[in-house]
Amino acid sequence: MFNLHYRLERKTIGFLLAIIVAASIGGAVEIIPLFTIHQTVEDAPNMRVYTPLEIAGRNIYIREGCYACHSQMIRTLRDEVERYGPYSLAVESKYDHPMLWGSKRTGPDLARMGNKYSDEWHVRHLNNPRDVVPQSVMPHYSWLGRTELRSDDLGAHLAALRKVGVPYTDEMIANARLDAYGQAAPDTPYAEGVTKRYGAATNVRAFDGKPGNLTELDALVAYLQILGKLTDAAHKPVAAAGG
Amino acid sequence: MIAQLTKYERQLALIILVAVSVCGLAMVAVAQDNVLGVHGAIVLLAGILGAFGVISSYYDPEPGDDRLERYFDDPSRMGIILAMVWLVPALFVGDWIAWQLAYPDLTFDAAWSSFGRLRPVHTSGVIFGFGGNALIATSFYVLQRTTRARLPDQLSPWFVLLGYNLFCVIAATGYLMGVTQSKEYAEPEWYADIWLVIVWVTYFIIYLRTLVRRKEPHIYVSNWYYMAFILVVAILHIVNNLAIPVSLGHAKSYSAFSGVQDAMTQWWYGHNAVAFFLTAGFLGMMYYYLPVRAGRPIFSYRLSIISFWGITFMYMWAGSHHLHYTALPQWVQTLGMTFSVMLLVPSWASAGNALLTLNGAWHKVRDDATLRFMMVAAVFYGLVTFEGSFMAIRSVNSLSHYTDWTVGHVHVGALGWVAMITFGAIYASVPWLWKRERMYSARLVEVHFWLALAGTVIYVFAMWNSGIIQGLMWRTYNESGTLAYSFVESVVAMHPYYIARAIGGLFFLIGALVACYNIWMTIRTADQPADQRLADRPVPALAGATAPQPAE
Repeated sequence: MFNLHYRLERKTIGFLLAIIVAASIGGAVEIIPLFTIHQTVEDAPNMRVYTPLEIAGRNIYIREGCYACHSQMIRTLRDEVERYGPYSLAVESKYDHPMLWGSKRTGPDLARMGNKYSDEWHVRHLNNPRDVVPQSVMPHYSWLGRTELRSDDLGAHLAALRKVGVPYTDEMIANARLDAYGQAAPDTPYAEGVTKRYGAATNVRAFDGKPGNLTELDALVAYLQILGKLTDAAHKPVAAAGG
Repeated sequence: MIAQLTKYERQLALIILVAVSVCGLAMVAVAQDNVLGVHGAIVLLAGILGAFGVISSYYDPEPGDDRLERYFDDPSRMGIILAMVWLVPALFVGDWIAWQLAYPDLTFDAAWSSFGRLRPVHTSGVIFGFGGNALIATSFYVLQRTTRARLPDQLSPWFVLLGYNLFCVIAATGYLMGVTQSKEYAEPEWYADIWLVIVWVTYFIIYLRTLVRRKEPHIYVSNWYYMAFILVVAILHIVNNLAIPVSLGHAKSYSAFSGVQDAMTQWWYGHNAVAFFLTAGFLGMMYYYLPVRAGRPIFSYRLSIISFWGITFMYMWAGSHHLHYTALPQWVQTLGMTFSVMLLVPSWASAGNALLTLNGAWHKVRDDATLRFMMVAAVFYGLVTFEGSFMAIRSVNSLSHYTDWTVGHVHVGALGWVAMITFGAIYASVPWLWKRERMYSARLVEVHFWLALAGTVIYVFAMWNSGIIQGLMWRTYNESGTLAYSFVESVVAMHPYYIARAIGGLFFLIGALVACYNIWMTIRTADQPADQRLADRPVPALAGATAPQPAE
């Protein structure tokens, strides 16, 4: 064996090819089947997609690096299920491009944050975390409520997501901007389109407490309030696995 | 810099720089958001400044053919300097956000100064800014000495080094403006990723062209590792960064993968960025600088072979240990755990090979802080690979995952292994590169060594403590069968350890500043006598004599 190597290390191209072969096997065996084995991701026929406002909020969550301190993946451990709720299923992040499972909990897991606290709690907490949790070490995000949300290109965002596999319809893409506005403005005619396209259970309210202007705070709170709520598959006794 | 380029290379450099400027201008023109516009302006500025530099020296005399009788070390010199230039701010940012976790109001009322945006500045700054520049600089140096062949031309090494740093600048400024893919250690967006592919392919071609022209029949161990580093990082980078941009005018893109497949791809990337960037590359460094500095041949050629192929094959299976107890199918978790445990064999083979190489030179380890940096790096390498295999065991991982223990583990590797071996290599190669007798001050190397070691130990012990306490508090039940602690109680319990960690980081930062001063003063001191330089030359073309290598 060592004699073989003695010859191999005299051949540049042969050595390079050997590295490529040796290094490719592990990833191929572990990753490719995840796309082909149907049971990998459970079925959840009633699952809805993120609204444009929630996508905008999700992008703010990514932009500010929230994932560096908050996970969105409840493990199959008793204490985690009792602390955070039912363990996370693969299907729940099916539309997450990219996933935000996280790797560190400087703060708590957020996978089931949706509807756990009121909008007002989130607004106050983001404005200054220590107003509601005195011992918190989270940074404050007080400028979010002062910053208008950019919504003119949300249709392009939805279209890009459709290209990577999220089932947005032409109608959703065409109305993305108005739907973002309507979701945070319940008393306007635009609100109706949101529930029509994304389901009656969609949260439609002035998330930052100020109807009329659409801020980044609206978007982020709308996103936090939908976490774990896109499907109820994880709450069913035995999630339907595959088919 | 320009003086070493031939006429043809100067013309080619101008064409490349004009192309870069046009790309920058195009980015500004099509930008539909501010960040892409700012990045376009940075690219444009880099292209114009570079072109201006080339034009101003365009009619300088060309280098003579006698340049081919010397190794081409200009990019290595610049690479060492750039590594230190990245190190200091990256460590500063790391320490700043460490203090933020203890005192959350140590920030400005601005988005860029919060933990979430500064963290990738720290991680990319040390890994890619410091580590990457050190790898490029040392790989060019080692490649030439171990093949006895000069780099193939003068332009492409500069393109790789400066192009790579342009990537780092775009990455770091992007994070401050909120540009991130959120994939850890792969945060830069699609346009930066494409640029890195171009730079990286050039890097690979330089390696290939030099190896093909080598005057030594065998390829030395260091080059196996450097090649694996270059090749596999390219594979990882391209696959994990597959994404669809919102439009050509948007910085933002959406990953081609989602959910569980994205998680697996990301941690296949993430763990092998550790394996092939932070391990293979630096093992290549160790296999050259440690034996040369110790004046001893590598202990075992066969151990080198076993450890190289073990690492290259098995690391690629290990990434799924980042996803224990998650929605990833259990068979993948189990494979990841199994290979992670097996990885201990090639890892300890490398660490043992390095330490046994020092047999017969331990008096040098005692007296020479540069060699001691390398020795301690090998010890930490053994420690961190044992810890890594241990933490990859599913039941251990249930405690350690999501806690500061992971952060501590990463820093055993980053501070104890990667930074220490790099400091050793830098202290060894600065006098060689600048043709000096020795470093300006051996005593300051000694001071740096103890600051770095103390900082690492304080940091790591603080994080081990906080991580295990955190993990235990989260899973502790009281007598009535309910969870004993709220989450925020675990946050409060971390406070003293976060302070200790920030102090450890501060020690490490001060050590780096000492190193910068020492390197700067070394560069400024007088040349060594010319007669001592004669040995360090490539074998002239057509004279295929075999020259001694540092080992085997």
